[in-house]
Amino acid sequence: MNGVIQSSKAKIAILALAVLLLAVCMALSVVFGYTDTSWKTAVAAFTDFNGSNQHLIIRNARLPRALIGAAVGISLALAGVLLQAVTRNPIASTDIFGLNAGAGFFIVMAVSFFQISSLQQFTWIAFLGATVSALAVYILGSAGRSGLTPIKMTLAGAVIAAMFASLTQGMLVANQKALEEVLFWLAGSIQGRKLEFLYPVLPYLLIAWIGSLLMFRQLNTFLLGEDVAKSLGQRTLLFKVLAGVLIVLLAGGSVAVAGPISFIGIVVPHFARYLVGNDHRWVIPFSAVFGGILLITADIGARYIVLPEEVPVGVMTALIGTPFFIHIARKGSFK
Amino acid sequence: MSKYITARSKRFSFLIEKKTLFTSLILIFITMAIMSVSIGVGELYISPLDVIKSLTGTGAGINNVVIHEFRLPRILIAVIAGASLSLAGAILQGIIRNPLASPDMLGITSGAGFAAVTFITVFSSQSNNLTVSIGYLPVAAVTGAFLMGALIYLLAWKRGISPVRLILIGVGLMTAAQALTTLMIVLGPIYAAPQATIWLTGTVYATNWKDVYSLLPWFLILTPLLLAFARKLNVQELGDDVSASLGHSVNKNRFLLLLISTALAGSAVAFTGAIGFVGLVGPHIARRLVGSSFGALLPVSGFLGAIIVLLADLAGRTIFSPLEVPAGVFTAAIGAPYFIYLLFKNHG
Repeated sequence: MNGVIQSSKAKIAILALAVLLLAVCMALSVVFGYTDTSWKTAVAAFTDFNGSNQHLIIRNARLPRALIGAAVGISLALAGVLLQAVTRNPIASTDIFGLNAGAGFFIVMAVSFFQISSLQQFTWIAFLGATVSALAVYILGSAGRSGLTPIKMTLAGAVIAAMFASLTQGMLVANQKALEEVLFWLAGSIQGRKLEFLYPVLPYLLIAWIGSLLMFRQLNTFLLGEDVAKSLGQRTLLFKVLAGVLIVLLAGGSVAVAGPISFIGIVVPHFARYLVGNDHRWVIPFSAVFGGILLITADIGARYIVLPEEVPVGVMTALIGTPFFIHIARKGSFK
Repeated sequence: MSKYITARSKRFSFLIEKKTLFTSLILIFITMAIMSVSIGVGELYISPLDVIKSLTGTGAGINNVVIHEFRLPRILIAVIAGASLSLAGAILQGIIRNPLASPDMLGITSGAGFAAVTFITVFSSQSNNLTVSIGYLPVAAVTGAFLMGALIYLLAWKRGISPVRLILIGVGLMTAAQALTTLMIVLGPIYAAPQATIWLTGTVYATNWKDVYSLLPWFLILTPLLLAFARKLNVQELGDDVSASLGHSVNKNRFLLLLISTALAGSAVAFTGAIGFVGLVGPHIARRLVGSSFGALLPVSGFLGAIIVLLADLAGRTIFSPLEVPAGVFTAAIGAPYFIYLLFKNHG
């Protein structure tokens, strides 16, 4: 499949523009919000810090929020690209497949049963949760005579996601105090997250970003079909395991920081493929940048839609993403 | 000796498989047994003898109140809701021809949940009371389920309905409905939040006779309708092309069956919240017991659904006593792994 943009030069130019747009979105995210600030104040907060309320908000709330938004958006979009390629399923994503719910459940369990609150541990617990649900979905989806089909995997994902969601709800009912603490987190939000939330996760995310970028050749080969890839000398099992590890790092890391945020992993890869075609050399960087842009834009929107309250950004992305998801589902030629 | 019992008159003829009859009788017996245990056990233990006394109208004061006002309606709701959810699942699995389909997987219960949470949030006063009668809650939930069912059907329509598209659209809309529900809970007054989450997990806690009387008509009307349709479901399972060539209007039947399924699931969810996995596991076990002919599958699914919810409620009331764990947590915790186990055992 060829994309809308054909020449390599045009792709580079547009990618550069997109990076610029991401930077602009992050700047907008720092300046606009419930507390009124101007561009001038925003700059002064870094160059000429005077300890005023506005400066504090910009340095301690808005900037971390923009950085976390970019990191989480990039990660979720890349996780979606990898998952869609590995499963050859156009509607694969970490939220539909229950990875986000699994990571969420493990974190809620850790908070309410083991009184864990260290961020370092959060990260590992989220990885564990994402791994458990990824394995469960994979095994459940490949059970049966017809092997691993997209539809079985989607359903298996929905079952696992529903199970973890129910168990999370149940745990919160039993432990009302934890409810208020985690309710907003569970909805998926990057509000009020400090940079300290991001630090423990960032190394893993960085590794996964670089890993995804380096994997483009293998991804392209694998898309030809598993048998063809094998005959071309690809060690498909190793490839799938590696991709799986990257997906878990990306999804688990994102959930540990921001809670489960849906639909970025579905929408963005489709948009990127529409622009640049199926070549993952381009799909991966484009998806990464657009993922960041989409999440930050949704987050800015979330601040204004029901003033003075804030909507969790996960709700925003779900509402933006659903029509798109339905479009893909209707377009696909499923038998 | 014949495998069947024939019931024949001038107007109709009916084949009843002996195995099905036998299985149904056993299941009825089990249902009754759990019900009687459930009536006696709880925060206040009432001995079986006293239970019988109270039921026949010769019991003592406190026992009478506990049994008649609290436990009986709760147990009856568990039975009816469990049966409804399981039947709804059996129908959906027949239409979609996929053992993983169920009202919760398709987002129908999420639609009902969103409607109900919106209702709770909008009509809550500052003092944590509802400003309108709780009697309207089921109406809201059933409406939500219907709208969701209709929306799924409309969006999945593209020169006919493909089962796969139906599922995909359902999964997508479910995520959207859950996001909106979260939005309602987060934006709503904080005191509505615990109430709403308990309800969303699914529980038969604090039901009264009014609930029973409101749910019962739905069940009594829909179930016979469904049994009359069992034949069509059997044909439907053969695939679209085969059933069309046998002279069935595939899409019309599918629509009607979807409607019945939505009504059953929606009305049940209205009174119990989203008790998950019953619609998935009930029909699945039923299929292993009596095979996949719907004449047998439907009644057995119904009984199994009732048993599952009864057991989940009993466990929720007793295991962590005095803490009440919602029945939905147990159905999810036990239902999901058990379902995975079944899938492996079946397909190796």
